[in-house]
Amino acid sequence: MHSIVIIGTGLAGYTTARELRKLDKDTPLTLVSADDGRFYSKPMLSNAFAQGKTAEQLATQDVAQMQAQLNATILAHTRVNSIDTARHTVTCDGKTLPYSKLVLALGADPIRAPLAGDAADQVLTVNDLADYARLRKALEGAKRIVIIGAGLIGCEFANDLCTAGFSVHVVDPNPAPLNRLLPEAAGAQLRAALGRTGAEWHANTKAVSVNRAHNGYLVTLADGAALEADVVLSAIGLKPRVLLAQQAGIKINRGIVTDRYLQTSAPDVYALGDCAEVEGLVLPFVMPIMHAARALARTLAGTPAPVVYPAMPVVVKTPAYPIVVSPPPAGISGAWQVTEGEEGVRALFYDAQQHLHGFALTGKSTSEKAALTQQIPPLLG
Amino acid sequence: MKKWQCVVCGFIYDEAKGLPEEGIAPGTRWGDIPENWACPDCGVAKSDFEMIEISDAA
Repeated sequence: MHSIVIIGTGLAGYTTARELRKLDKDTPLTLVSADDGRFYSKPMLSNAFAQGKTAEQLATQDVAQMQAQLNATILAHTRVNSIDTARHTVTCDGKTLPYSKLVLALGADPIRAPLAGDAADQVLTVNDLADYARLRKALEGAKRIVIIGAGLIGCEFANDLCTAGFSVHVVDPNPAPLNRLLPEAAGAQLRAALGRTGAEWHANTKAVSVNRAHNGYLVTLADGAALEADVVLSAIGLKPRVLLAQQAGIKINRGIVTDRYLQTSAPDVYALGDCAEVEGLVLPFVMPIMHAARALARTLAGTPAPVVYPAMPVVVKTPAYPIVVSPPPAGISGAWQVTEGEEGVRALFYDAQQHLHGFALTGKSTSEKAALTQQIPPLLG
Repeated sequence: MKKWQCVVCGFIYDEAKGLPEEGIAPGTRWGDIPENWACPDCGVAKSDFEMIEISDAA
């Protein structure tokens, strides 16, 4: 019997393998990883620095431990070059590997801002453990940090690096941080709270160039400001990795297109996680991966199971100003009802029939997360 | 009283504090939490949590 092959050993790949082994201990399983295959907590990359955690400390298991735990073969430092969906094979480093079922857990690439300047290629992004190790090295002896992008990851890094004592400047084209997720009142409070930890804001503008200066870098903004920096970190979003699937003739859109069963347009080929577009949804968060991996494990074990997504609130790891947000799904029209008080901001998104479809809670109001989540209809029921 | 940490997102379940907003009273032992319970932040299953040491200084 051919092996089930999983490409990718991030959270999506390893969680699928782990969930599969809860149901099926014996079917041959192979994971292929372009990196070193260590297991680590991805969400902690953006809040581990202030805790003094090294990349080694975040890696809780190495390849040998994962192989033993999963009863699987793991090919580390191995890049898949092509997929032949008709023959059910993948080719990696010149070797051909047959599969019974193939899982694409390829992840996403950080979007690179179009920057001019002779140091544009020195801008760091953090999307895996090796990136985090590079960031830590760059931060040795550094004082001044410029963060491009005030989304989830940018804000979490801003909080973490301010706490760690760096001088942090944040550049974002929107008036308030987390612009896509939060009503403006909550965004303004987050901005103020991060400001109190020391972050300087450059809102309504963007970085246009990064050049070498005699002592570090000079980041020039569209509004004319020029910021000196020792480290420039970009966090402006993720782009699903679709190329491998596209070259194999598998249907792609924003991500690798799948149905409710995480099946792609090719037979026996599945996709999940940051590379996948499941019923039109690209959700690069942990909780959707957990739900998808559990459903896919059942399917791989022989009992096809559709993905069910409940409302999945996102916890923003900004201890200076705790936030939890369950963004209203695209296509739902409605309005935020915002109250601000001692307990924080409490923003509820209702449709015309007064049904709750989303919320944003800050400060002490975050304790209402569980109760409110239960009132929101599932994203994929 | 012990603390348990989610291997995926770092969420810490502190037995002393419980999770009152989820109906888990302070002082609830890890073993008494239902097996189908999942991490409130990321959805990781109870079986994938690990125990972490409590630092005496805390």
